[in-house]
Amino acid sequence: MEFETVIGLEVHVELKTDSKIFSSSPNHFGAEPNTNTSVIDLGYPGVLPVLNKKVVDYGMKAAMALNCEIATHTKFDRKNYFYPDNPKAYQISQFDQPIGEHGWIEIEVDGYTKKIGITRIHLEEDAGKLNHEKGYSLVDINRQGTPLIEIVSEPDIRTPDEAYAYLEKLKSVIQYTGVSDCKMEEGSLRCDANISIRPVGQKEFGTKTELKNLNSFNFVRKGLEFEEKRQREIVSSGGRIEQETRRFDEATGTTILMRVKEGSDDYRYFPEPDLLELYIDEDWKARIRAEIPELPNERQKRYVEEWGLPVYDAKVLTVTKETADFFEATVKIGADPKQASNWMMGEVSAYLNAEGKELHQVALTPEGLASMIKLISNGTISSKIAKTVFKELIENGGNAEQIVKEKGLVQISDEGTLLKIITEVLDANPKSIEDFKGGKAKAAGSLVGQVMKATKGQANPQVVNKLLQQELQKR
Amino acid sequence: MSRIQAEQVKHVANLARLAITEEEAEKFTKQLDAIITFAEQLNELDTENVKPTYHVLDMKNVLREDIPVPGLPQEEVLKNAPEHQDGQFKVPAILGE
Amino acid sequence: MSLFDHKVSDLHELLHKKELKVSDLVDESYKRIAAVEDKVRAFLTLDEERARQTAKALDEKFSSDADKGLLFGMPIGVKDNIVTKGLRTTCASKILENFDPIYDATVVQKLQQAETVTIGKLNMDEFAMGSSNENSRFQKTHNPWNLDRVPGGSSGGSAASVAAGEVLFSLGSDTGGSIRQPAAFCGVVGLKPTYGRVSRFGLVAFASSLDQIGPITRTVEDNAYLLQAISGLDPMDSTSANVDVPHFASALTGDIKGLKIAVPKEYLGEGVSESVRQSVLDALKVLEGLGAVWEEVSLPHSKYALATYYLLSSSEASANLARFDGVRYGYRSPNAKSLLDLYKNTRAEGFGEEVKRRIMLGTFALSSGYYDAYYKKAQKVRTLIKQDFENVFETYDVIVGPTTPTPAFKIGEKIDDPMTMYVNDILTIPVNLAGVPGISVPCGFDGGLPLGLQIIGKHFDEATIYRVAHAFEQATDYHKQKPQL
Repeated sequence: MEFETVIGLEVHVELKTDSKIFSSSPNHFGAEPNTNTSVIDLGYPGVLPVLNKKVVDYGMKAAMALNCEIATHTKFDRKNYFYPDNPKAYQISQFDQPIGEHGWIEIEVDGYTKKIGITRIHLEEDAGKLNHEKGYSLVDINRQGTPLIEIVSEPDIRTPDEAYAYLEKLKSVIQYTGVSDCKMEEGSLRCDANISIRPVGQKEFGTKTELKNLNSFNFVRKGLEFEEKRQREIVSSGGRIEQETRRFDEATGTTILMRVKEGSDDYRYFPEPDLLELYIDEDWKARIRAEIPELPNERQKRYVEEWGLPVYDAKVLTVTKETADFFEATVKIGADPKQASNWMMGEVSAYLNAEGKELHQVALTPEGLASMIKLISNGTISSKIAKTVFKELIENGGNAEQIVKEKGLVQISDEGTLLKIITEVLDANPKSIEDFKGGKAKAAGSLVGQVMKATKGQANPQVVNKLLQQELQKR
Repeated sequence: MSRIQAEQVKHVANLARLAITEEEAEKFTKQLDAIITFAEQLNELDTENVKPTYHVLDMKNVLREDIPVPGLPQEEVLKNAPEHQDGQFKVPAILGE
Repeated sequence: MSLFDHKVSDLHELLHKKELKVSDLVDESYKRIAAVEDKVRAFLTLDEERARQTAKALDEKFSSDADKGLLFGMPIGVKDNIVTKGLRTTCASKILENFDPIYDATVVQKLQQAETVTIGKLNMDEFAMGSSNENSRFQKTHNPWNLDRVPGGSSGGSAASVAAGEVLFSLGSDTGGSIRQPAAFCGVVGLKPTYGRVSRFGLVAFASSLDQIGPITRTVEDNAYLLQAISGLDPMDSTSANVDVPHFASALTGDIKGLKIAVPKEYLGEGVSESVRQSVLDALKVLEGLGAVWEEVSLPHSKYALATYYLLSSSEASANLARFDGVRYGYRSPNAKSLLDLYKNTRAEGFGEEVKRRIMLGTFALSSGYYDAYYKKAQKVRTLIKQDFENVFETYDVIVGPTTPTPAFKIGEKIDDPMTMYVNDILTIPVNLAGVPGISVPCGFDGGLPLGLQIIGKHFDEATIYRVAHAFEQATDYHKQKPQL
């Protein structure tokens, strides 16, 4: 039997506000346990929530960037469940009137593009954190009240690769809006996945399992791949899929049963009486819409159409806003777009990967990169020298011209100077000359190398080539 | 026929995280049944086109600015805790997870 | 004669003339408490040391000639579901038996600004669920007029302490009648303000959409002054209203000529005792004599208020009381090996029977498959009840009726039958559902037990209620009578 996989993703994204969603406690990651809390976060008797306006703004911004319709009337509800990281034993969330609905994003996988629907985006408060020890658990309330948006996709995703692409795109778009860092390693982006299979052609969905503990996009893909295979094997051998929650095990790359779901959970949602309705009028919506920056797809298009970049380059450069902003600034100062793109995707990217850093953590500036590209274009430095200059720029910053000047790295193009060096090299290598004459073209390369070495790489390779050919003919 | 069964009462007690004895379950079944039976009188009213009143006052958009204030000192946070360790609240192991 | 037989304004005058010190007022409180508290049992916690220190500090401060607020130095009692920093706050529940709050309720901060002196915390039905104070986990408060009778509830301690002269005045809270009913039973003045008039921040929530804190006093004038001090928009409470707070005492003109009073026939019908009915009719005569006119009206959905109230208040309570889990504060069961046990045993041992019953009812009403039939249905009926009031207030200035169907009942009389107990609140509950303000003022006696007249006003029109209540009070002498203890 041929099966089709159906995947839906639930993504939680923490919003980067200064204070929490319902209290004025600081909202930041990495503080000592229970030091970023107030009586409100602790769920003390008598406390009340007051909604942070910026959370609404940010939620709307994300929802708009993900092509959602924004609710005009929206409200908060209580979702009731007991857990030690949930101090009030209810989470303030949005049930039947989410802030955004009916959105979509476009993904590209293996050369085809596809629209993935977004069912809804709602605002809610994050829970605290449980640290499990042997025989007991410890509760840290710091994270309680961190503003979250939950983004629920339509079950439009058909492969683990599509799921991966969806997450990448989601992250990229949200980062562009500036409402979240989307750092999975710090938990500011978290993902649960629902997956089921069905015979091709069947309309009804199969029984789904829910995957948890997916701590990187890669694990999401791996977990889904494993689960897809597991479900197919069960159904193919006549078995039945149980509705259950499974945990991805990073060590083995498998999924492990956490609990079987009996019916649906009874969260007893009801409208939060301590908070009032939100009415989002057209002015408010327009104000937020105006704040949304140009998003990756639009930028991509512009790079291709205006600057003639290959689609591939444009895509890579626009994944993060930081890279795209850097690239654009470099070009605006006067660097050739293709040259700038090559450096960004080549040396810059390689350096960042090797050092595990992000652009804002290195000394390189768009001015620095542009100045270096200019020196290459006008022949002041060779591409070999450029690598030395680049290293200096990315590690210590500054301007390429100054570095070249200070370190005496200017390219030697003077024919008289180079002829003298070439003559010396030829005199010292009669064997290479013989080889060349005998038809070995490679021998010329070796001679160029000797010249470059003698000039510490500063010789202009084109001039050296030309002169060398002339001299060899003479011999 | 009674509207509420003892099994339901036990289910509700579990949702509400209240330990109840058989005796209590029986008593609550009777009492809740009486109250619910009484509440059924609301069905005399046609409320098809009536909007629910979640808030008695017609107010909306009560919001605060995003200005943080420092958190409480940890010792104050833990002051009323029945049990704590390493600056955190301590609870027994969570079974079934 | 007790110092507390004086009005706030008179005491203020005496303080200003230096004929009286704050310490004298605080002394009066604790002396009276020493004398009668073993009979009344209104207080759960006394704050004597701090109160005396505060009094001393205020007296020292007063030696300057600066003008002090009207409530400066006045001794007050606070219901034990209003959070007081550093002063045990229990909600009369075992689950908060040793709870030492780390913050002050907004009203407590306002009292501090007004420089009152907190005498102690007052008994109540556990988590404000009850009408007799018999649901307190710690003690039963007795009605100062007849010690065999309940003081009413849930603010029974608040009303009894004022009636017994233990404090000048007190704060209570009212979700379905919890200020007005005990005020009526104890022969004092109790007002439930308009929903949103007084901040709920720091009031331990029972039913968030119904709860309001309000003043319990001996006179209408004192009531107006105390409400003045605690009213106003609070940025910590999203449901507190951004409306002007008028100078309530200015409304006490004694002039109610031409005032239009509505008397709902449902409030004098079945279940209302003859003595109560008669006292209200007598009161209406008094008001007529003062130039007001009254007509009978109908609040047709009144009979549905009780069911609506129990569904809504219990549903909200089931969520509001879920935070008491033995993790961050409060009682924790020693009999728990797993987390689930910890929750279930802590809550089963920590909560009393009435609280558990309401949590169960609320949990049921919200649970899957029943939400629309019970919770949502009740919210819709609430709309109809609210509309009843709106309709009447299009024509009339106030609604007048009894506060309770009967005078105070005997301790133990109704405790075993929740439904009979619930019926006691039938005349006060609709006011909370509609969110309008209501007051109870003494209007007679039945067998030595006080009766209360309820005056209900439009949203944020406490001023008119006070005007009517004050005019009635001035024309009668019920408020001058004191229980013999």
